[in-house]
Amino acid sequence: MNIRLLVRIAFSLLLARWKQSLVAAIGVTFSITMFIALLAFMTGLNDLLDGLILNRTPHIRLYNEIKPNNLQPIIQDSIFSKKYNFIRSVKAGNSRQEVYNSQIIITTLRQDKRVQGVAPKITTQVFFNEGKVNITGIINGIDVEAESRLFSFTDYVVEGNAIDLKNVNNSIILGKGLAEKLLANIGDVVQVTTANQQQFSLKVIGYFQSGLVDIDKVQSFATLSTTQKIVGKPSHYITDIQVRLYDLNAAPSIAKEYAQLFETEAEDIQTANAQFETGSFVRSLISYAVGITLLIVAGFGIYNILNMMIYEKMDSIAILKATGFSGRDVNRIFMVIALSIGLFGGVVGLGFGFLFSVLIDQIPFNTASLPTITTYPVNYSLAFYLIGAVFSIVTTWLAGWAPAQKASKVDPVVIIRGK
Amino acid sequence: MTISETILRAVHINKSFSNPVYVQVLQDINVSVSRGEFVSITGKSGCGKSTLLYILSTLDTDFTGDLFIDCQPMRGLSEKQLAKVRNEKIGFVFQFHYLLNEFSVIENVMLPALKLNIHAEEVIRDHALRKLEILGIKSLADKKASKISGGEKQRVAIARALINNPSIIMCDEPTGNLDKTNSLIVFELFKEITEKEGLTLLVVTHDQEFANRTHRIIEMEDGRILL
Repeated sequence: MNIRLLVRIAFSLLLARWKQSLVAAIGVTFSITMFIALLAFMTGLNDLLDGLILNRTPHIRLYNEIKPNNLQPIIQDSIFSKKYNFIRSVKAGNSRQEVYNSQIIITTLRQDKRVQGVAPKITTQVFFNEGKVNITGIINGIDVEAESRLFSFTDYVVEGNAIDLKNVNNSIILGKGLAEKLLANIGDVVQVTTANQQQFSLKVIGYFQSGLVDIDKVQSFATLSTTQKIVGKPSHYITDIQVRLYDLNAAPSIAKEYAQLFETEAEDIQTANAQFETGSFVRSLISYAVGITLLIVAGFGIYNILNMMIYEKMDSIAILKATGFSGRDVNRIFMVIALSIGLFGGVVGLGFGFLFSVLIDQIPFNTASLPTITTYPVNYSLAFYLIGAVFSIVTTWLAGWAPAQKASKVDPVVIIRGK
Repeated sequence: MTISETILRAVHINKSFSNPVYVQVLQDINVSVSRGEFVSITGKSGCGKSTLLYILSTLDTDFTGDLFIDCQPMRGLSEKQLAKVRNEKIGFVFQFHYLLNEFSVIENVMLPALKLNIHAEEVIRDHALRKLEILGIKSLADKKASKISGGEKQRVAIARALINNPSIIMCDEPTGNLDKTNSLIVFELFKEITEKEGLTLLVVTHDQEFANRTHRIIEMEDGRILL
């Protein structure tokens, strides 16, 4: 087939009506631009909001829950194996929150190829003494380096230096809200009382701001060894092992595997934060819906211009068919017109979409709850550009299809006899 | 001329409409045209002469009977195959020129040959220039088709009909839109083409003067050929 000839005819028809064609192409450009900008912004926002929680949440958390043992003695005894038994008011016999054999577990995890990193942690409840008032709080004993590397801990330390936690003995980083409640400045010493009535003095070396006010009002951070001292436990005492995987989506299955292997509780991120995925999904859905709606409107623009062109060019279609162009050739000519409008509009739209994203990226966006963010978040994923390109081609193809069919069905006899 | 070679043969052609009322447009038409003939079909308006031309030129496929072009049966060919037959074997000249305004004169002439796609574009351009030269409008080659006069446009249309060296050229009132002088020019061109180039012409016209000067006149009335 002589495609070049058809393309040549298509372009001459297109250029003969270049103003209308341009308007149709601008319709596509506009919708693709909006589609890209909207998705980039929405996804940027999604990433930001998800990151608020997900970046700081371990993909798998190993811990020991205080709960009654499933294997009560009566079940284990063979005498009662064929009997029913009812036990009421079962109490948890073992109050230890410690993860047993934590050192071995950590060593094993570090050798697992799916694991990006492991960070041990101790959580304990304390009272901060402020004059006569006791304020409840939580001290997280952390490995500062691992925590920074895996969970961006340093990003959220707004004042002071996170690594000082390690260098200064008996130091603490307070949540911003908690520090305000305690009127504690950096360098001050705060008093804490543990659940076992032990008193400790800790030096404030920084503030922590997560962006979630409720968390900032209760959380504080100290090193593992400081926390172990506070709770009066030996150096292998650990309540949580936080695991970060390479592949977030594998978390549920790996969590199950670990729960069996290490005989601990293992909670995956999907179970712990199911609502975030729902939120992201709905926001993406809205962006796609708006983008596709815009494209459909642009598609009608192309449909219109092609229909108009066909009515105007009836004579040309008739003579082309009389002199040997088949219906299929005519169909192709009009499809080429439609697709070139779509392609031109689409490519320009992708360019403008990128520019628009860059522009949004420059707009200042300062909020107290998001200390690390200074401008609106934008995601420059290549996937949006690919989807945008595919959508623009598909819509213009659909918009061109009906008019092109109509053009291919033009009966030259009717046109020529009508003159 | 050797033994007359039949270019076009139509056998028992009938065409009728039944909507809104039954009308027999063509009744048992038998025509044959030999190579090198200059034939005209005449008759009053509505006698079916144009309808016959469109059937003979394969544009209209809604009829009964058999049609042979270059001894090849046209019945049962697909739309695409018919388009190819028209491209290769038939040249068209209509009352209206049907030039593509977006193209130059020479491009309009070249279009059917480009579609045929046998020769390279430069060769086709040479052919087209030669055809324009025969028709005396070589100087217009690079002008836009919309920028030339009516008589010139019709001559460009004739050049376009000639470009693929068709077996037969079919014309529907080719001089209908032209004044006396231009009609005469067109007629002389046709005559010259048939005599010098050995082409075959089938012309539908109601211009009796024009018809009288052709080799053969087929007269029609009420869908029949008068003998």
